[in-house]
Amino acid sequence: MTDFSVRVDQNKYLPAGSQEVHAIVTVEASGAPERAPAAEAAEVIIVDTSGSMSYGKINDARKAAQTAVDTLRDGVYFAVIAGNHQAEVIFPHYGRLAPADPESRQAAKQAIAGLRADGGTAMGRWLRRAADLFSAHEGARPGAIRHAILLTDGKNEHEPAPEFDANLAYCAGKFVCDCRGVGTDWVVAEVRRIGSTLLGSVMDVRRPEDLADDFRAMTEAAMGKTVADVALRLWTPRAATLNFVKQVSPALEDLTGRRTPVDELSGDYPTGSWGAESREYHISIQVPPGQVGQEMRAGLVKLVAPATGEVYGSGNVLAQWSDDPVQSTRINPRVAHYTGQQELAELIQEGLQARNDGDVETATARLGRARGIAERAGNDETARLLAKVVEVDPETGTARLKRVVDKADEIALDTRSVRTVRMRKDPEG
Amino acid sequence: MVSACPACGTGVLAGESFCERCGHDLSAAVTAAACAACGSAAVGADGYCENCGMLQPSGRDHVETDLPGLAGVSDRGRRHSRNEDAMALAAAPAALLAVVCDGVSTSARPDEASQAAADTAAGVLAKRLADGDDPQAATRQAVRAAAAAVADAARPGEDAPACTYVSAVVTGRKVTVGWVGDSRAYWLGTHSALLTVDDATPGTHMLTAWLGADAGEVVPHVRTFTTDGPGAVVLCSDGLWNYYPEPESIAANALGQAPLAAARHLVRLANEAGGHDNITVAVIPFGQGEPGETTVAFPKERSD
Repeated sequence: MTDFSVRVDQNKYLPAGSQEVHAIVTVEASGAPERAPAAEAAEVIIVDTSGSMSYGKINDARKAAQTAVDTLRDGVYFAVIAGNHQAEVIFPHYGRLAPADPESRQAAKQAIAGLRADGGTAMGRWLRRAADLFSAHEGARPGAIRHAILLTDGKNEHEPAPEFDANLAYCAGKFVCDCRGVGTDWVVAEVRRIGSTLLGSVMDVRRPEDLADDFRAMTEAAMGKTVADVALRLWTPRAATLNFVKQVSPALEDLTGRRTPVDELSGDYPTGSWGAESREYHISIQVPPGQVGQEMRAGLVKLVAPATGEVYGSGNVLAQWSDDPVQSTRINPRVAHYTGQQELAELIQEGLQARNDGDVETATARLGRARGIAERAGNDETARLLAKVVEVDPETGTARLKRVVDKADEIALDTRSVRTVRMRKDPEG
Repeated sequence: MVSACPACGTGVLAGESFCERCGHDLSAAVTAAACAACGSAAVGADGYCENCGMLQPSGRDHVETDLPGLAGVSDRGRRHSRNEDAMALAAAPAALLAVVCDGVSTSARPDEASQAAADTAAGVLAKRLADGDDPQAATRQAVRAAAAAVADAARPGEDAPACTYVSAVVTGRKVTVGWVGDSRAYWLGTHSALLTVDDATPGTHMLTAWLGADAGEVVPHVRTFTTDGPGAVVLCSDGLWNYYPEPESIAANALGQAPLAAARHLVRLANEAGGHDNITVAVIPFGQGEPGETTVAFPKERSD
């Protein structure tokens, strides 16, 4: 069985009268020697078949989807959806998920080989179709790991915004969806919304020929999940208010608005399914002012299965008021690191937005600062991408926007701005 | 004699951690506490209140004693780094007794002084009463022994440890109060009253009498009163009466509750009012069973 460990990093000491508590909660799931029984995993592969996918991209998409099908273990339930302005389940044909075996894989790959690029883009409809397949499967096999892969290359043009919103809301909690954007015509913010709502990753795939490897890796990762529908349950004291709950590693995800109340003082935040992996969360709580010497529990964090109430692990976020400034002014290095990572993401997103709006001054200031932070914090990939957008004079430190920027670099920078790096072992070194 | 060890039945004193005969751990018998900060009953096994989150005080920071017929709570308060108050309670067949001592902050090791005084006095009171002494004689013996215990704790080169003293012995419808310093006894009932007169310069906290090696010969005030009806005796340190000096205000917040609930409630009120000092409250309700026999107006002094 999967074991969860919960570790809390914080400086619990607060100056007298101070009220803001910050903590980084590291959750590590490990010890899953036996994989989830195959029948408890369900996978839906969603391939964009809109008109823009023609000219070769559809070819690579076909290969990628076929690779994903090949990666499915025997017994895993699956389906393949072709999406344009509509959604069509191209395999299987009987409206439910099919168990993977040599014959079903062969049949699915044949159906994929017949995919043609034609029509518009309405991603919400594709997802809704997947949600219905998963719901039917969940009814028969509760607790199954439910995962989808969504590939797109374009803007969501053929679905009115209110319909897209409703479709996304409909899908939330029904499955986890990893999203991939290929080419340079897709909108990062749009796909990020899908990934956020459905608790999955979003990545850019620069070259269509890289899709097959990427799909294999994603499917393998999905096969490695062993526990579905895990929630982070947070208790806070009656007089406290929660500032935020954010996932900060492996990628930034603000969960604050995703709370499902459990009782007066507790709420659940969805984290999706877990394999052997580690994630980190930044929690900030406003507590009532306390007296020097007092200690309080400002938060109790648990990893739970909301359906059964099973608790996988827990940790305390504490506050203790101190009149020793040496104690109370120290910032926990991990809190500082992830505060910096959040600032970096904001700077990049604001900088790119300003750049697109023609506000060169703001863009230069934000991206220039981002580059400095990325280099110091060890965000090597981000620093490399930033270097393609903004130059910094090593002598004077003056930043200047580059005139010509590859659109693919800009998309990669935007997409990956939410991906964080772990703290270096020795932050001072 | 006092209360019985749950394991072997030997008489043990309230506040003792282990039975002297069989070594049974007596601390487990202490009632599960309510939160010292918000009063909620939901305190987890890990010591944090499940309502307000506050870590519950440990050791002497927050002490509760709950015996048949009487209870006491002693709390560090919100400003002091330790609890220098102490209390000792006992429920003997013939009498209920309680002692509250408040260590003098400017002396050395006041916390040790108050604990030694309270434990010694309660032990002497219980023994003397069991041997048939009258409550006044027993109280004088107890104060003498407590004063000696505090004086003996003095070491060369430091201010002598010092503390106040107040005790109550309740037998039938009579209460015998003894005190040195400014810890107080109150009667709460139809005619609530302060039973003690502070040994302090009026309007200040400058003690004019205390227990300690530098106190000279200690002459306690000892008085016996007869009740005028059902009510309760409250002993307290100045951590409570600084905020609630009026007998009526204490009565309004203590009467009608079980002794432990009343003591907790008063301690919480003092904390909510600021908790600038240690707070100790002992509550002994009595007289409820026999109001028809009441003939003497309260308070009426019998002696001294």
